Amino acid sequence: MTSIAHLIKTFTLWEFVKAHWLTLQYLFKPKATINYPFEKNPLSPRFRGEHALRRYPNGEERCIACKLCEAVCPALAITIESEPRDDGSRRTTRYDIDMTKCIYCGFCQEACPVDAIVEGPNFEFATETREELLYDKAKLLDNGAKWERAIAANLAADAPYR
Amino acid sequence: MTSFFQNLGMGYDAAWFTATIAGILLIALPLMLAVAMIIYAERKLWAAFALRRGPNVVGPFGVLQSFADGLKVFLQETIIPSASNRGLFLIAPIITFTVALMAWAVIPFADGVVLSNINVGLLYILAISSLGVYGVVIAGWASNSKYPFYSAMRAAAQMISYEVSIGFILICIVLWAGTFNIGGIIEGQRGHVFGFINAYAFNPLLFPIAVMFLISSMAETARAPFDLTEAESELVAGYQTEYSSMAFALFWLGEYANVLLMCALNAILFWGGYLPPVDWAPLYLVPGIIWFFAKILLMFFIFAWVKATVPRYRYDQLMRLGWKVFLPISLFWVFLVSGYLMFTGHFA
Repeated sequence: MTSIAHLIKTFTLWEFVKAHWLTLQYLFKPKATINYPFEKNPLSPRFRGEHALRRYPNGEERCIACKLCEAVCPALAITIESEPRDDGSRRTTRYDIDMTKCIYCGFCQEACPVDAIVEGPNFEFATETREELLYDKAKLLDNGAKWERAIAANLAADAPYR
Repeated sequence: MTSFFQNLGMGYDAAWFTATIAGILLIALPLMLAVAMIIYAERKLWAAFALRRGPNVVGPFGVLQSFADGLKVFLQETIIPSASNRGLFLIAPIITFTVALMAWAVIPFADGVVLSNINVGLLYILAISSLGVYGVVIAGWASNSKYPFYSAMRAAAQMISYEVSIGFILICIVLWAGTFNIGGIIEGQRGHVFGFINAYAFNPLLFPIAVMFLISSMAETARAPFDLTEAESELVAGYQTEYSSMAFALFWLGEYANVLLMCALNAILFWGGYLPPVDWAPLYLVPGIIWFFAKILLMFFIFAWVKATVPRYRYDQLMRLGWKVFLPISLFWVFLVSGYLMFTGHFA
């Protein structure tokens, strides 16, 4: 009896009909994904994206070339050179991040005593060449200028939990 | 169309030549466009089945995605592996592409709208679609690489296996229609069931082979669940592995032109081609070409639906289905159909 039932099931392609009915129902379900380039998911204030070097409101660079980030970086992606400036303060002359090495662990921003290097909310910085991902100080400061408002808001939002 | 060019003052030969060239262009160019759009439609459909959105950036709702892909592929470098057989390597995609277009010569798009109305149209299609495997086999061989070679071997075995049962299925249809002419087969379906349904598929005796033909045509075009020739988890990309740029694009165009051809064949042989579904006068106000395209699109939806639903067959399962299930059943059905037609005096 079961073999007859099995035979009928086989020849009516019953399993296939059931499977196709299931997928047909899925065809009309609402999409699980968002309409990505036009709408984006909300990000946590702690999101670790593209790096930026920040400035003080008066325009002075925050970075004091303590090289804690360079020391803590597990991927050895950061390279810093520094010299005393004419006014006696110590500043970087070179601040490079190799974004192809970076693992986005966030240790650099944790180590930074002056909140100079931070990982901002930007994650859409794909490039066409590898060389474009070797960020120098100008590029990082430029990022800081571009993303300062978002970064400051994120830092403020996250401050009570630190 | 020949007479149209004759009226323009050409001799018969020149007019025939011009009309044929124009006809070929009228079929091939829209077909290429249709292939581009059908690839987009298919990607959208798979995405929808998987609760995704699919291409949505290039053009409104992403409709130009295929053209963007085509442009990208066109701008790429054609890489010819140094170990490959250069001549065969380059000729393989051309064979696939050309053969995929050739079969469309005998497809009637509406009553009498056909490039070449030959009496053995069905045999011609069978012959041409058998030739299609040469492109794949030559590509696999000329690549001089192991995965394309495996893929080519699989493709050859698979297409031969399923062509056998497709042949027997077509014999059933030919017996019933009494002609190899495709237009004749379509006309034979006018009012076929209960005197008003224009489709062989609703004939209880022919419905099982309609399903079998649908499955066989998926196997014939190496579509899921029979896409063993390009099983990416085993064979990288199958016979296309070593291909890039336009050669790769030609394979894709040929593949989807074949898929469309098989959809068209399904529509023609079992669902009444350019006839409306029901033999009712007001429905004939809609041009036949619209009914035909609607049926092709419906078949294509089924193709995409199946691809989104079922997993890939194992190779021995594929062979078992072809030789141990479809071949005996289709053979039996030839016997059944011819017996039925004989006892009901169809041949008299």
